[in-house]
Amino acid sequence: MLHRFATFVAGCTILLVLAGSLVTSTASGLSVPDWPTTYGWNMFTFPPQHWVGGILYEHSHRLIASTVGFLTIILAAWLWRADPRRWMKWLGLAALGAVVAQGVLGGITVLFFLPAAISTAHAGLAEIFFCITVAITLFTSPGWIRGDSAVRVDDRVLRNIATATTILIFAQILIGATMRHTGAGLAIPDFPLMFGHLMPTHWDPKIAIHFAHRVGALVVALAVIATSAHVFYHHRGRRELTRPAALILGLVGLQVTLGALTVLSRRDVSINSAHVVVGALVLATSLVITLRSWRARFPQGVGSLLQNLPARGQILQKAPDPI
Amino acid sequence: MRLQNFWVSTVGLALAASMVACGGSKETSSTSATPESPAGTAAGQKVDAATAGNVTGTVTVDGAVPKNEAIKMNADPACMKANKDPQFQETYMVGSDGKSLGNVFVYVKDGLGNYVFDAPTETAKIDQQNCRYHPHVFGMRVGQKLEIVNSDPTMHNIHAMPKTNSEFNTAEPMPMKTEHVFNTKEVMVPFKCDVHGWMNAYVGVMDNPYYAVTDKDGKFELKSLPPGTYTIEAWHEKLGVTSQSVTLGAKETKDVTFTFKPVGASATN
Repeated sequence: MLHRFATFVAGCTILLVLAGSLVTSTASGLSVPDWPTTYGWNMFTFPPQHWVGGILYEHSHRLIASTVGFLTIILAAWLWRADPRRWMKWLGLAALGAVVAQGVLGGITVLFFLPAAISTAHAGLAEIFFCITVAITLFTSPGWIRGDSAVRVDDRVLRNIATATTILIFAQILIGATMRHTGAGLAIPDFPLMFGHLMPTHWDPKIAIHFAHRVGALVVALAVIATSAHVFYHHRGRRELTRPAALILGLVGLQVTLGALTVLSRRDVSINSAHVVVGALVLATSLVITLRSWRARFPQGVGSLLQNLPARGQILQKAPDPI
Repeated sequence: MRLQNFWVSTVGLALAASMVACGGSKETSSTSATPESPAGTAAGQKVDAATAGNVTGTVTVDGAVPKNEAIKMNADPACMKANKDPQFQETYMVGSDGKSLGNVFVYVKDGLGNYVFDAPTETAKIDQQNCRYHPHVFGMRVGQKLEIVNSDPTMHNIHAMPKTNSEFNTAEPMPMKTEHVFNTKEVMVPFKCDVHGWMNAYVGVMDNPYYAVTDKDGKFELKSLPPGTYTIEAWHEKLGVTSQSVTLGAKETKDVTFTFKPVGASATN
């Protein structure tokens, strides 16, 4: 049950990422000038008939964020009470701290008129929070808890390459967020060429950021291909690795396509927002591969939790011996 | 500011008999805001209404301008209800002759030396009506009150994005009336509504009363300018700026023309 709830929280978080990306894509970030109130109302009592124009996006984002915050409180409390692993208790608290900090950052960026640094930090912390929820989902899964030594992967190369790929993806997302929040999304207006050439013909800070994002896309694509190729070559029979490896290849292909279409469509709202969401999914998928590659370094079976798993999908029960 | 107000009050009374009121023009009209009672200070020089002249003129565009962008107001039922016909941006307000250009802010950029002017007593106003800003381009003075009104049956926010003044973003639930004062000269300060992304306006914040916005025929008038040589600039939200030097003799009226070329070509005069 805890695993299912964690999955639900992670799913709500990706919905929250979508809502946030719509706020930026529609330039609605300042359509509700006050925070935490909404046009003077308590945000939970703001009348639906006033949810018009940019308010619809910004206010919905705030409500979904509040819901995710509430769910995270439950998740953290549940982990603290039911999961015997001490580090999992702290991971739950980390999730709670991250979502609270994220809410404060969101409020500050509104009150200070969306300064690029704060808005970018807001976007970056959103990805970190999403990663924490995905990690909690994975760590509470039956497959992780069983951690059978006979089938565990202990591949140092995979650990290194997958970890590097995840870090690269996160860095690429930060560059993308910087590009979005500095208005550099169309600084290079054509694709695949740049001002009609292979390299930009002139430079300014916005062009440099945009160019870095394109180069980053190439680097990330190569890193993902390398990770996936390693998985398929060395761990062909390991479905817990080959499935996310196949998924991330598809997601990266989709992401590059969405990035190109974002430029070619002059930042169409739907395409632009989908680009942000798929970016988060690429990061999460890479994180899953990375964490599974590190599974061998964790305890073999999760003690009492293992005893409480007579069948797949069994509810995690509180156990006395933390690991 | 207090010292200035005190001085203006006392000296203004003493000189009241010699003051010449030159009309009650509004900031949003094609006629410049008339300088109020000339008032001098030890550090400044008063305008002598007896020798003051006028600069009149026309702003035109040489070449075809892009069509104004169509606006979709379906994000807000109240805006749809208020605007049944197809709606367009107000970027290019070209007259029926295809040349005259409205919504151009024309102002004295330089040449006034140490002239000083009374703080305006009237209030400038911008209204959010039918999901548009009225006026779209206007001028006001440093220290002058700006009344911000929401006449619409829907929510707005007014978000000013100055570079030298302080940025502000104010909620405008309906009905709503707020006030704001700009403390520094700035041409131009953009306004936008983040609720309705098509709504935008521009205000020129001036430290002198010599400014005007061209009407639909491209006409403007800067009244009661003292003799001198001035740099007069015309600003358009997309076509940029163009300026020219004008020398005005005593009681003289000069007619000038500013000509913009569409984006890609430089403006001439």
